[in-house]
Amino acid sequence: MKLQSDLSRVLGLGSARSGTHHWMHQRLSAIALIPLSLWFVTALLTHMRDDAVDLSNWIRSPFVTVLLVSLIGAMFYHAKLGLQVVIEDYVHAEITKIGLLITIKLGCVLGALLGIVAVLKISFAMT
Amino acid sequence: MAGNPLSPHLQIYRPQLTSTMSILHRATGIALALGTLVLLYWLVAAAQGMEAYAAAQHCISSLPVQLLLVGWTFAFYYHLCNGVRHLLWDTGWGFELGTAYKTGYIVIAAALAMTVLTWACVLSKGAAA
Repeated sequence: MKLQSDLSRVLGLGSARSGTHHWMHQRLSAIALIPLSLWFVTALLTHMRDDAVDLSNWIRSPFVTVLLVSLIGAMFYHAKLGLQVVIEDYVHAEITKIGLLITIKLGCVLGALLGIVAVLKISFAMT
Repeated sequence: MAGNPLSPHLQIYRPQLTSTMSILHRATGIALALGTLVLLYWLVAAAQGMEAYAAAQHCISSLPVQLLLVGWTFAFYYHLCNGVRHLLWDTGWGFELGTAYKTGYIVIAAALAMTVLTWACVLSKGAAA
């Protein structure tokens, strides 16, 4: 969703980079994380003493599966955005900075995939 | 860029509630990012079956990890409450110095209270189990 009019884009106005994209997405993921993370904390408190079977049965519910996947996605996205600004603020050696930024981004993608696949494996397991 | 003289700042400027809470917001964010690794460890163990999950539960219930979890709990609630304060700022509300200080104290109190409440729940469940 670009907030820039077509005319201003064609005239070359506006930010040369991605403008407020990062800022907006950080707020969006934050807003999503408020209910998701509060739900997760209460769910953890409820289920922390479960054995593997009870935990599985809880995760199997479509609602829980979707909420967990959403939480993991939003969490790693928000983390990636946040860590990105930390690095941009403190690391000024260009190659080191770019290296760290790439590592963070790929690390968050991997982390999100790992978490989501783990949840889906439990959710779809045959038992 | 390197080697330019800088005027002293951290050595001179007295820490305020506003600046301290701001850097704490960043620090808790970093701490939480690291904490996602523990969450992943637990989830993957749960996906791997009963033995792996039982081993993970056992490891997580050790005292050092539980202490870390208490820390992460506070980091989470602080980052959450201060994050809401940030979102309110984004709407333009709350920048007056008095308001910023009041909301700051509310954030700290709420984060501490929620941490204590959560771990009271954890301990009471632990005693019951």
